[in-house]
Amino acid sequence: MVIAPAGRWSGLDVRELWNYRGLFFFLVWRDIQIRYAQTVLGAGWAVLQPVLTMLVFTIIFGRFANIPSDGAPYAVFSLAALVPWTYFSTALSGASNSLVSNTNLITKVYFPRLVIPFTPVLAGLVDFAIALVILLLVMFGFGLAVPAASALVLPVVLLVMMLTAAGMGCWLAALNLRYRDVKYVTPFLVQVWMYASPIVYPMSLVPERYRSIYALNPMAGAIEGFRAALLRTSAVSWSTIGISLGIGALLFVSGVYYFRRAERVFADVI
Amino acid sequence: MSNVAVRVEGLGKRYRIGTASRRHDTLRDALVHAVKAPLRNLRELRGLTRFDDQDGEDVFWALRDVSFEVNHGEVLGIIGRNGAGKSTLLKVLSRITEPTAGYAELYGRVGALLEVGTGFHADLTGRQNVYLNGSILGMDRAYIGRKFDEIVEFAGVERHIDTPVKRYSSGMYLRLAFAVAAFLEPEILVVDEVLAVGDAQFQKKCLGKMGEVAREGRTVLFVSHNMAAVENLCQRGVVLSRGRVQFVGTQSEAVRHYLRASAEAVTHSLRDRRDRTGTGAVRIVGVEVRDTRGNPIDVVSAGADVDVYLHFEAEAGFTNPGVIASLQVRTQYDVPVFLQHNRLTGDRFGQLPSSGAFVCRIPRLPLPPSSYRLDCSLIVDGEFLDAVSDAGTVTVIDGDFYGTGEVPPDTHGCCLVPAAWRIEPA
Repeated sequence: MVIAPAGRWSGLDVRELWNYRGLFFFLVWRDIQIRYAQTVLGAGWAVLQPVLTMLVFTIIFGRFANIPSDGAPYAVFSLAALVPWTYFSTALSGASNSLVSNTNLITKVYFPRLVIPFTPVLAGLVDFAIALVILLLVMFGFGLAVPAASALVLPVVLLVMMLTAAGMGCWLAALNLRYRDVKYVTPFLVQVWMYASPIVYPMSLVPERYRSIYALNPMAGAIEGFRAALLRTSAVSWSTIGISLGIGALLFVSGVYYFRRAERVFADVI
Repeated sequence: MSNVAVRVEGLGKRYRIGTASRRHDTLRDALVHAVKAPLRNLRELRGLTRFDDQDGEDVFWALRDVSFEVNHGEVLGIIGRNGAGKSTLLKVLSRITEPTAGYAELYGRVGALLEVGTGFHADLTGRQNVYLNGSILGMDRAYIGRKFDEIVEFAGVERHIDTPVKRYSSGMYLRLAFAVAAFLEPEILVVDEVLAVGDAQFQKKCLGKMGEVAREGRTVLFVSHNMAAVENLCQRGVVLSRGRVQFVGTQSEAVRHYLRASAEAVTHSLRDRRDRTGTGAVRIVGVEVRDTRGNPIDVVSAGADVDVYLHFEAEAGFTNPGVIASLQVRTQYDVPVFLQHNRLTGDRFGQLPSSGAFVCRIPRLPLPPSSYRLDCSLIVDGEFLDAVSDAGTVTVIDGDFYGTGEVPPDTHGCCLVPAAWRIEPA
C-alpha cells in the first residue's frame, strides 16, 4: 500500500466500501441501537412521530384550512406522505450532522469516510419499515385495500429517497465539517423542502404550468408516487418518478464526488 | 521480496496556522468588522487547505523530509519532544490525513491504534462496544467472536459485560477499551501513546502485552514519551525534532541522543536567562538529573539514587576555593522541601576548573511522586556568585523507596522518611 498525496480523481470506490462492510454494518447497527436508548417508548417513537404529526396536520390542514386530499380521508392522505417524508428528513439531517458528530472516529481511525453519511440513510430504514406497517394498519382501519401495483412503485420511490438523502447528505456533511453554518441551515432547509413537497397538499393543487419545475424536486415525485400507488388518489405518473430518479441520481453522484474531493482534508479542518 | 515492511521517503505535511485576529477598539470598528466578517471568514476557512503562495509566515511544516525504513518483524520507537511531529507522522501512516509531499510504502495489513476506545458509545453495553470497537479497528466479526472471552477476561469486567459502559468506572472503561485493542493482530501495528493511561498496575499489564506483540515478530511503530518502555520494547529508534528526522539508529543510541539533545536544550536556555542575581564570576549554565551510571533522566523513581548536576562556567581569574553550591527543592505550590549545600555535608571543592559540574549525590531520593522545582545558587564569602530560581524541574514517579513497592501519595506529605515499626509489650 502506498500513501502519497492524491492527485487523481477519486469517485465511489465500491470495492473498498465492500471491504469495510463489517464496519458499515456495525455503524448502522449502532445507530439503530442508540437511537432510542434510555427512552421509555423505545421504537414506539418511530410510530408516534408520524402519527402525531398526522393528527396535527389533519386538524389544521384538513379541517381548518380545508385542503383537498384527492378523495382520500385527509388523515390517511397525510400519513401516506409523512411516512416517507419522516424517513427522508431524518436520514438527511442525520447524514448532514454525521461527520461533525463522528469527529473522534475521523481523527483516530481510517476507513472509507463515505460510510459515515451513508449510515443514517440505512439506519433510518428500520423506522421506515415500522412506520410503513402502521400506515398499512391505518389504511386497513379506514377500509382501504392495498393495491398490488404499489409493490412495484415502492422500491423505486425508496431508491429515489435513498439516493436523494445520501447525495444531499454527502454535500451537507462535507460542507458542515468546514463551514459550521450548515448546522443552522439544515433544519431550515428541511422545513422549506417539506412545504415544497406534496405532503400537506396534493400535487394536483400545483398550477399546471409550474408542474415541470415542481417535478425537479425529487421528493415531489417520490411522495406523490408513493401516495398515488397506495391510495390510488391519482394515476401513478412514471414520468414524474423517472425525473425524480434522474435528479436523485444526479444529487448522489455529485454529492459523492464532492465528498471524495473534500475528504482528503477532513482530519485537518475539523 | 525485500524485507522492508515500511518505507518512508521524503514525507512532508504542511499546515496553515491561524494568524492573529485583529482587535476592535470602537463600536464602529466592531460593527464594520461584523459586516465584513462573513467574507473574511469564508476566505480564511477556504484558505485552511490552500497553499497558493509558497510558504508564507503562517505555513507550518509539521513533517519535513522524513525518511526511514523498517524491516519486517522490527519494533521501531519514535521519540521526540511535544510538537516534534510524532503524532502527525502516525496520522499520515495510518491514512487519517494525507501527506503534502513524499510517500510511504507499507507492505502488509496495517492496524493503527491512536487512541483506545475509539467509537465506544456510552449507551451501548460492554459486549456491544467490544464488537463495535473491534470492527472499527479492522477486525472481522468471526475473529472478535473467537477472542471475545479472552478480551473480557483481560479487561476483568466479566460481571459487567452486559451493562452500558456509561455506568462503568473510568478504570473499567479503560481496561475494556485497551483489551480490545490488545487483540488487534495486523502485520504492521502503529501505536500512539495509549499506554499513558490508567493506574501503574494496568500500565504494566499493557506494556507486557505490547512486549508479547513485539516478540511475535510483528512490525510495530511505537510512539511514546516513556523512555523506559521504548528502550524495553524497541530495537531501533527514530528521533524527530521540529518535523525532521534528527537521528535513526539502535534504540539505546536513539534514547541517548534524545536525552542529550533535551539536556542541551535546557543548558542553552539556562545560559540565556536574565532573571538571575550575583557577580557572575561563576555561573550555572545547566541543571540536570542523572542516574548513577551518568545517564540523564527525565523522571526519577522515588527511592532511586540520583545525581543532580549543576553545570557551571567560571571566569578565568576566579581562584577562590571556598565556593558553596546550593540546591533548593520546592513543590509545585512553592513549599520548600529541603535545602542542600556542600557546607552542610562538609565537602569542599577547592580550586574550580574553568567549566564543569557540581554534582550532588542524593541516595534513596526521599520524595513522593510529584513534580518539583529546583533553585540553584553559588555563594562565596557570603556573596552570591549566581542565583537562579526555577533553574530546573524534576518529576518523581512511583518507586520502591521502602522496598515494599508502596509509597504514600504527595497529598499526605512532601517527603518520605525511612522508618521501622515494632511492638513493645507493656
